[in-house]
Amino acid sequence: MIATIAFYIFACAAIASGFMVVASKNPVHSVLFLISAFVAAAGLFVLMGAEYLAMLLVVVYVGAVAVLFLFVVMMLDVDFVELKQGFLQYLPIAATIAAIVVIELVFVVAVWVFPENAELAQPVSTVGQIGAGENAPSNIEALGLVLYTDYVHFFQIAGIILLVAMIGAIVLTFREREGIKKQNVADQTARTREEGVEITSVKTGQGI
Amino acid sequence: MIGLGHYLTVAAILFAIGMAGIFLNRKNIIVILMSIELMLLAVNINLVAFSQFWGDLTGQVFAFMVLTVAAAEAAVGLAILVSYFRNRGDIAVEDANLMKN
Repeated sequence: MIATIAFYIFACAAIASGFMVVASKNPVHSVLFLISAFVAAAGLFVLMGAEYLAMLLVVVYVGAVAVLFLFVVMMLDVDFVELKQGFLQYLPIAATIAAIVVIELVFVVAVWVFPENAELAQPVSTVGQIGAGENAPSNIEALGLVLYTDYVHFFQIAGIILLVAMIGAIVLTFREREGIKKQNVADQTARTREEGVEITSVKTGQGI
Repeated sequence: MIGLGHYLTVAAILFAIGMAGIFLNRKNIIVILMSIELMLLAVNINLVAFSQFWGDLTGQVFAFMVLTVAAAEAAVGLAILVSYFRNRGDIAVEDANLMKN
């Protein structure tokens, strides 16, 4: 019962936030609604029993991606009102296509004959086996069991993708600036005592 | 009781909203990127729902991969946007025809 209520709350929050991402005038509000949509989706993931992905969604999306969006929106000095023009012009076609897609996808769900037990199987274990019952591993444990064994190559490819994206983002936004005082480590370590230190004998009371 | 169909319906609606967002905000590339993130989120909801429904964790591993690629896409997309803004002074995507000339 409480799960049903929670589902409807999170689903409505996700859909309303998603709608506001698209419809709000100010991109900063769009980003904030995007964060709200991600949090609601994380709630849905928890309801489905995928705690690890819910946590990942909150940490990676809310913590990193959405904040990145927020930084870029606030950093760029753009007239967003001008960019909003044409919204009403494209509204009919966008609404038509969205409605068609929703109806098609819902039809796919509606005509599909479910097996007799159409409820979500609660805790899942390793590949192919439904680990219902008392001693089923938790979601995180089960995911860890397959992620580092059966899917270890995918895991490493994911790491490489993130590395390439990081290097790409740095290369794209890097710029050489003029007139900035920088530390030159090679010059510093290449200095010898002879060029760095000068010994003079100073006569008392006269100075150099 | 909430079943698989409910989650799939939510995901379908979110996906359609994201798609409509690309049409509606076709001048504002930041909102287009956010709409793409919404569509990827809908796909993830589908993957996790099916994964729990069949009791097979492969779907969740795939959702993990989708999250990774989405994060990389957002980072590189925003980096391209920032360098484009630096060169052009604005981010109007309809004027982005430098490679045509």
